[in-house]
Amino acid sequence: MTAALSIQGLEKVYGNGFKALKGIDLTVKQGDFFALLGPNGAGKSTTLGIVSSLVQKTEGTVSIMGHDLVTDAFAAKQCLGVVPQEFNFNQFEKVYDIVITQAGYYGLTAKEAAVQAELLLRALDLWDKRDEPSRMLSGGMKRRLMIARALIHKPQILILDEPTAGVDIELRRSMWEFMKKLNEKGTTIILTTHYLEEAEQLCKNIAIINHGEIVTNTSVRELLSQLSTETFVFDLDSDLKDGVESGAISVPGLEGYEVSQVADDCLEVTVEKGQGLNQVVIRLNDAGIQVRSMRAKANRLEELFVDLIQQHKRS
Amino acid sequence: MNDKAKPKSIWAIQWVAFSTIVIKEVRRFMRIWQQTLLPPAITMTLYFIIFGNLIGSRIGEMGGVDYMSFIVPGLIMMSVITNAYGNVASSFFGNKFQRCIEELMVSPVHPAVILAGYVMGGVARGVMVGIIVTLLSLYFTDLQLHSLTIVIIVTILSAILFALGGFINAVFATKFDDITIIPTFIITPLTYLGGVFYSISLLPEFWQDVSMLNPILYMVNSFRYGILGISDVNITAAISMLVVFIALLSAFSIWLLKRGTGMRS
Repeated sequence: MTAALSIQGLEKVYGNGFKALKGIDLTVKQGDFFALLGPNGAGKSTTLGIVSSLVQKTEGTVSIMGHDLVTDAFAAKQCLGVVPQEFNFNQFEKVYDIVITQAGYYGLTAKEAAVQAELLLRALDLWDKRDEPSRMLSGGMKRRLMIARALIHKPQILILDEPTAGVDIELRRSMWEFMKKLNEKGTTIILTTHYLEEAEQLCKNIAIINHGEIVTNTSVRELLSQLSTETFVFDLDSDLKDGVESGAISVPGLEGYEVSQVADDCLEVTVEKGQGLNQVVIRLNDAGIQVRSMRAKANRLEELFVDLIQQHKRS
Repeated sequence: MNDKAKPKSIWAIQWVAFSTIVIKEVRRFMRIWQQTLLPPAITMTLYFIIFGNLIGSRIGEMGGVDYMSFIVPGLIMMSVITNAYGNVASSFFGNKFQRCIEELMVSPVHPAVILAGYVMGGVARGVMVGIIVTLLSLYFTDLQLHSLTIVIIVTILSAILFALGGFINAVFATKFDDITIIPTFIITPLTYLGGVFYSISLLPEFWQDVSMLNPILYMVNSFRYGILGISDVNITAAISMLVVFIALLSAFSIWLLKRGTGMRS
């Protein structure tokens, strides 16, 4: 099957001599939910900028659904919908007009555009705001407007550059649901995000980029399997014995685990790959320590991300 | 979301895109008519009153016609070219400034279609202002019509040429000041020296020759020929010159769009 996105030897050198991309290769399969992650200035937005025709590449090739972005730009661009990081619509135009104008750029007739615009504006809770100038919308609404605009021509690939930046948690989760449904219907989604929880929740495959180089490109499951340890926080029903200071403690039966007390009623237990978490709860119970609730200390992907970036810096 | 309907031809898509840009541009200048259509109407009415009526009545004839009739074609043409230029310069730069030009850069719209859409928007405003000024002039003078064909050809070609100029200005502009420099320091002086208010036959021979280097002189005189049947220049040469400049500026503008000058990093 033709790749949704294929990037070969992509290089970008800016006018000031800064080499933002150092010959990256990247393939995204059709139907994938793909995350491109990396610290600020790593090259994520430059990569997506080149794919979106907003940044001029220095070297390399980009093909979208098998269409070369240079030699077959018309076909390639028709397959793509782009939601940029910053708002880039006319602040004085009405919501409805912005979406309808975008439809015209892709050749949709007025009738086709009207049907699709209503469908999307309703799905994204913007239908009631259709006659308002876009500058009157809240930040979250503006972001949803950009999603509606990008989807107006039913693209096969949707690129989202930091889609939920500055969006409150409730709205972020509703946008996740929208994107998941979109992906289930067959749209390939490529996103960049700083919320690694977002990538872990949504994406099937991930590439991590740093200093213009791909550090890793694999499935989320494969990446998470590389975690050697994971730390869990246990909130306890009652305080531990008086006089116990914060720091490493010994719990009978949990000798192979790293256990530390972080508060009177809170423990942290580091579990290595292959060690059972069930055993920890049983042993704590046997030791008379009742667990009220439990959670992972940090986002798993976040731990891996930091590790990989640090490894790349050292190398 | 990717259930595709019957594929459309590239031409059909580009035509819809062109219409979309033109409609968007017309909607823009109609929405802000107080800034786009009203000012030239007021300014030109003042020109008719002050130069045509008050001063013109003391001047008498110019080029064989009364002074008011002489200046009306030049003032109409002046309105057409400044508005065609201003519309594209401000709209395209505004889109660059707000980054909404990115919508077009991402889309499959061909650079020539983007250019044609913006230029047609400029022509639409230039022609609309030209019609408004013409209607106002009828209050002050009985306008003749020597050749409607010449009037239409010269109006459209001049509007296209200046819309292209406005487009190139907007491409290179990096701040709003940059789109006022050329109209203020180049277009306005050339217009005033382009035979709007006088026949160049009144000038000494040296300045007549210098005036022949002013492209606006050819547009004003060609338009005046269409209205009054009098001109200081050869009409065929003037129209040919307009066509050549339009071809050159169009090619340069498309090249700029393809390169993404001022738009792509």
